Amino acid sequence: MKKLRRKVYMAAGYNTISLGTGRSEFNPKKPRPGIEHYIKEAGQGTLKQIGGAKNVDEGAMGNFMAPRFNKQGNLPGLIPMIDDGLQWKPCTRTEGACASGALALMSGMKSVLAETADVVLTVGFEVQNTMKAIYVADVLAGAGWFQKRKDGHAYFFPGQFSNRAGAYYEKYGMEYTRKGFKKWFKNAIENARLCPTAQEYENKVEDLDALYDKIKLNGKAFVDNLSVLDCSKVSDAASAIAICSEEGLKKIGIAKEDAVEIIGYGQVERNVTLDPPDLTEVTTIKKAAKEALESAGITINDLATIETHDCFSIAGILATEALGFAERGKGAQFVADGNTSRDGKIPMNTTGGLIGWGHPTGGTGVHQAVTIWEQLTGKAGKAQIEIPKDRPYGMTINMGGDDVTVVAIVYKRG
Amino acid sequence: MKYDERLQNVTVLGAAGKMGSGILLLTAVEMADLSLKPENKSKTFVLNAMDVSPEGLAGLMSYLKAQVQKLAEKKTVLLRKVYADRKDLIENREIIDQYIFDVLNIVRPVTKLEAAYDSNLIFEAVSENKDLKVKLLSQIDKNNKNKPWYFTNTSSVPINIIDNETGLEGRILGFHFYNPPAIQKLVELITTDNTDKEMTEFALEFAKKLRKIIVPSNDYAGFIGNGHFMRDALHGISEVENLAKEMSFAEALYSVNKVTQDFLVRPMGIFQLVDYVGIDVVQFIMNVMNPFQDNEDLHSLLLDKMIEVGVKGGQNSNGSQKDGFLKYEKGKPVAIFDPEKKEYVEINSFKEKCDAVIGDIPDAKISWKSIIRNRKKDEVLKDFFNTLKTMDTKGAKLAVKYGNRSKEIGKKLVVDNVAHNENDVNTVMLTGFFHAYGPVNEYFA
Repeated sequence: MKKLRRKVYMAAGYNTISLGTGRSEFNPKKPRPGIEHYIKEAGQGTLKQIGGAKNVDEGAMGNFMAPRFNKQGNLPGLIPMIDDGLQWKPCTRTEGACASGALALMSGMKSVLAETADVVLTVGFEVQNTMKAIYVADVLAGAGWFQKRKDGHAYFFPGQFSNRAGAYYEKYGMEYTRKGFKKWFKNAIENARLCPTAQEYENKVEDLDALYDKIKLNGKAFVDNLSVLDCSKVSDAASAIAICSEEGLKKIGIAKEDAVEIIGYGQVERNVTLDPPDLTEVTTIKKAAKEALESAGITINDLATIETHDCFSIAGILATEALGFAERGKGAQFVADGNTSRDGKIPMNTTGGLIGWGHPTGGTGVHQAVTIWEQLTGKAGKAQIEIPKDRPYGMTINMGGDDVTVVAIVYKRG
Repeated sequence: MKYDERLQNVTVLGAAGKMGSGILLLTAVEMADLSLKPENKSKTFVLNAMDVSPEGLAGLMSYLKAQVQKLAEKKTVLLRKVYADRKDLIENREIIDQYIFDVLNIVRPVTKLEAAYDSNLIFEAVSENKDLKVKLLSQIDKNNKNKPWYFTNTSSVPINIIDNETGLEGRILGFHFYNPPAIQKLVELITTDNTDKEMTEFALEFAKKLRKIIVPSNDYAGFIGNGHFMRDALHGISEVENLAKEMSFAEALYSVNKVTQDFLVRPMGIFQLVDYVGIDVVQFIMNVMNPFQDNEDLHSLLLDKMIEVGVKGGQNSNGSQKDGFLKYEKGKPVAIFDPEKKEYVEINSFKEKCDAVIGDIPDAKISWKSIIRNRKKDEVLKDFFNTLKTMDTKGAKLAVKYGNRSKEIGKKLVVDNVAHNENDVNTVMLTGFFHAYGPVNEYFA
């Protein structure tokens, strides 16, 4: 991939809380804030840090399924709602299932690279708790090939990744694999407890291992090879971040050390109508991560932290292998040994990831970028990990569908 | 006639009532599931929801739709397999909507009894009035050539009496659900020497398909559940009358209700339970049972007085509690009825004083809600009641006496041959009344 022709930065990130089961504010029987609330809060959260809407050249919005969850289309029109100063500015909405957020980041980055914008306000959101989980499953199934929906599971995506987990069990052993899953779950909750906006922030379960062991696999009520603890959350949330050129950064008055520089990315697409080539590998992630690292000119050993798309625990395990931290079949061990824990070799998902922080599908890609920005600039509060001086790099991996649309981005402390 | 065939044409009498609507729901779902089996796809299944109230039937259909939707949402994994051959049904929502339609499509809301003339099985859930039951069943049987089976939901009337008076010759049994039928696991099965054996086998299979726990009861008025409940309530009433000599009636009733809930670790106090069932229903059940008791008078002047002044308890059509001995706000008791003054007395006006007289429970952390799902509840309750027995407070003494009486009632049901054994008595109270422990236990003497 060609080198970036211009420096691109991200700064001024903002996350709303991730609302859904687990949060004490959440009551499925009571009315909840709508999409406008989340978009506004996140957008204004970023605008406040960058000197207001006057400094914004363009808006980008990532969302997966608002037309079904919220019966709302024409989503770029919601960007000027954030602030009157955004009225009449160019805005774009991107959609690539759960990678919609990262596609919005790409849209903003490409505008900056094309020199058509110096500051792009990027927002990602999803408000999913408008329906029960069994119907949420219908909507999210749109990330797969619809012609396969009929033969799919009631919980379509858990079903897809259950098949991946089943294939992994068969190849490498179930008990062994589930030890890795359990650790992944435990890390997610423990990290989420350090982040006030996380859906599992208030989780008070003392013995997470015992909880994980207690929830048995039950294919009659759910899927065969995963329990609910292996799954990400149904979430309402939005995140926002500013994508800037060097000039843009000056314009908004943010110092480089308070920003992260984008030094490489990989954006890869797999044919959605086809099944994955290998259930025990996330091939698209592997390609995207490789491209991102090559374009950044670094290796995995230079990374201080990674936000990876753990829509299911198996996706987290497979990502460790796709990135090259573990050999094929050794990812479960790598995780079980604590290598991805916050004090491990390569801390992953330091505010809980999709299982602990939450998974507002179309917003997740932006949330990941905000987390990396927080960590690399020392703004992660109690969730802050140590960023070694010789490894000032972070990475996000955002996946749409079953390893179909993938964006990997490499960040460096500004 | 095989199981599926028997269930091809069914009628529920009193379908819009509290019990009837639950029985209709469970039966409709079972029949729909049968109708969806590949071998039954060409057959028609009919479930007549018979009730004299057109308004009640309209409400019934709304209730059914909401309940079937909840059920379908829980079993969508299975339903996707059931509808695997329906290429037009792809998303969960489409499958759930189809299932709701298929269940409701079996149900025929009717106000005329004639609908039952073609049925093979008839559930009777009309009001607890023997003469009405006999009249309806006789009329159906006279006009129905199928020699149908009758399952009565009576909670008190002996089956042999209905059998004799209707001339059904053993084609009737007691199939007594507990309220609400869709939730409570218990069904009391009452058969007589005359009961058709094939029908009993069918009843057992039907109960199993509905995932109900069957407890057999002998054919004595009130059976096991009301055999215990009526006597338990009468004990509560007599304790109120005793206490009312030293405090006001409202204070006495509040105290006994509190003791039976908090000190005995039950889901609700005895007077709240009487209100829940309905004071009129309780009075009626006692009237049915009383003539069959040799050395016991199952009758209460207090209940008569309440009915006289028109305070009956029971539930509104939306399931909320009507005022009875207690007055309810958002489901919580706020006042006690004084039958002499014919007015409610606010609980807050005497609560503090009364609570001080009753005293504390042995452990403030223990409540029915806190222990019902506790795996070690036997140990917890043992400690709780052992401490209770050492306490010298009014509440503790009332509770121990109450627990002893409850145990005595339970044991007598076995001695009197109403229940086959003590375990059956306990199962009824655990699954039909949702108690945390059975009346025949080691805690009380």
